[in-house]
Amino acid sequence: MTAPGPTGGAAGTAGGLRAALAERRFAVTAEIGPPRGADPAAVAEKAALLRGWVDAANVTDNQGAHVRMASLAGSLLAARAGVAPVMQLTCRDRNRIALQSDLLAAGALGIPHVLLLTGDHPCFGDHPDAAPVFDLDSVQLVWAARTLRDEGRLLSGRTVAPRPEFLIGAVENPFAPPVRFRAARLGKKIAAGAEFAQTQFVFDVPGFDRFMAAVRDRGLDGRCAVLAGVGPIRSLAALEFVRTKVPGVYVPDEVVRRLRGVPRDRVAAEGVRLCVETIEALRAIPGVAGVHVMAFGYERGVPEILERAGFRRDRAGRLPVGGGVGAG
Amino acid sequence: MSASEQPHPTRPSIAASTGYRLGRVLAPNRAYRWLAGRIEARPRLRRWFTAAERHSKQRLFGCRMCGQCALPATGYACPMSCPKQLRNGPCGGVSANGDCEVYPGRRCVWVIAYERAERAGHSADLTLLQRPVDHRLAGSSSWLNYWQGRDEGLWTSDDGLAHPAPVHRP
Repeated sequence: MTAPGPTGGAAGTAGGLRAALAERRFAVTAEIGPPRGADPAAVAEKAALLRGWVDAANVTDNQGAHVRMASLAGSLLAARAGVAPVMQLTCRDRNRIALQSDLLAAGALGIPHVLLLTGDHPCFGDHPDAAPVFDLDSVQLVWAARTLRDEGRLLSGRTVAPRPEFLIGAVENPFAPPVRFRAARLGKKIAAGAEFAQTQFVFDVPGFDRFMAAVRDRGLDGRCAVLAGVGPIRSLAALEFVRTKVPGVYVPDEVVRRLRGVPRDRVAAEGVRLCVETIEALRAIPGVAGVHVMAFGYERGVPEILERAGFRRDRAGRLPVGGGVGAG
Repeated sequence: MSASEQPHPTRPSIAASTGYRLGRVLAPNRAYRWLAGRIEARPRLRRWFTAAERHSKQRLFGCRMCGQCALPATGYACPMSCPKQLRNGPCGGVSANGDCEVYPGRRCVWVIAYERAERAGHSADLTLLQRPVDHRLAGSSSWLNYWQGRDEGLWTSDDGLAHPAPVHRP
């Protein structure tokens, strides 16, 4: 892990995920989905809700293969609004030239963290007729980003200067088959250069506990900060959606029974309670470095969830001061 | 399946053990290198040889002629038949029953690869870091490339500690 710069870069806010991990605090991240439109205020409003509650917020990259404002622009807007961004970058839409170019752009704009992932297949999005690129896979993209940052080299071997300084993140789904390979797959991403990892939604805490045991057995928890993914299911329709329409999300029968077992007007409250309980359970699992709250467009509810889980609005998230693009 | 179709997960039609045996038979040596040189010196022979490889490997593995064969490290299940053509393992979207997210009803090729490699005692192969594909080799014979040493460094067993291996081929 490279040392953080004095200001976290032009677009950075003081603190951020890097600082939380360096100080060994239990980290909290959330998600900002950029708008389908060119309105910068849409990002600023979501960021304002999260400011102070999270160490950083992921800005998604055309999530679910639906066209949205670019994650680089969204990241910059989030930073201006006082939230340290985690710029997501997927292999779905860009070849290795464009991916490396975007990593350099992130470096130039002082984006403090990047999250590198394969991406959903275009068949799930609003342009199923688009070309699926997948020139690199997520392990190779992490590897390329580490090489770019630490060795100042492109995939071609050519040198770059100056180098970007971002923290490199990856994702893992502890519940997708082959389940026994998942810790090893995270290990590949760590070998390639991942310093933090966010996971798919955890609704099955015992299953996640087994995954973390495998992560610890491989000594990976000392090399990479694992942030467990959580989120509130606030209606039976949302429950059906995440169970059947979101690839790779596993909701155990016990959770389904619990949410179906309350009156319809109480499902939202029960879903939030379940999310809070899940966060509390995850904090007790050795090797879990933080939580990543994905709120399905319910950003306004994130502070309440975090407050009930025992967190305070004390995370560095003040507006950046001084010059640079981040000052807006 | 022809290489022009969209990639879709393909269950190999031969056992992994046969694949590993075949792998040993095809391992590069001086004779193969000499043979590859002779074949490459004759364009028609090269086309014929490449077509023979294409036909046999398409039938056996759903091969897409990437020209840099990963089969020895993937339980002899072809990762290029993954709709995302992932070389380093399955994506996070695999269904609970092991089906591909893009083709429900078809088993994820990486789930197949894991099961085959594990049964054959080769699961450690799947932890190798696979380097990016060189698209210039698409359509060429991976056997000729293999025997001529053109696909060296396709993967590394590096663990990222001490002196991390470069992402570009050495």
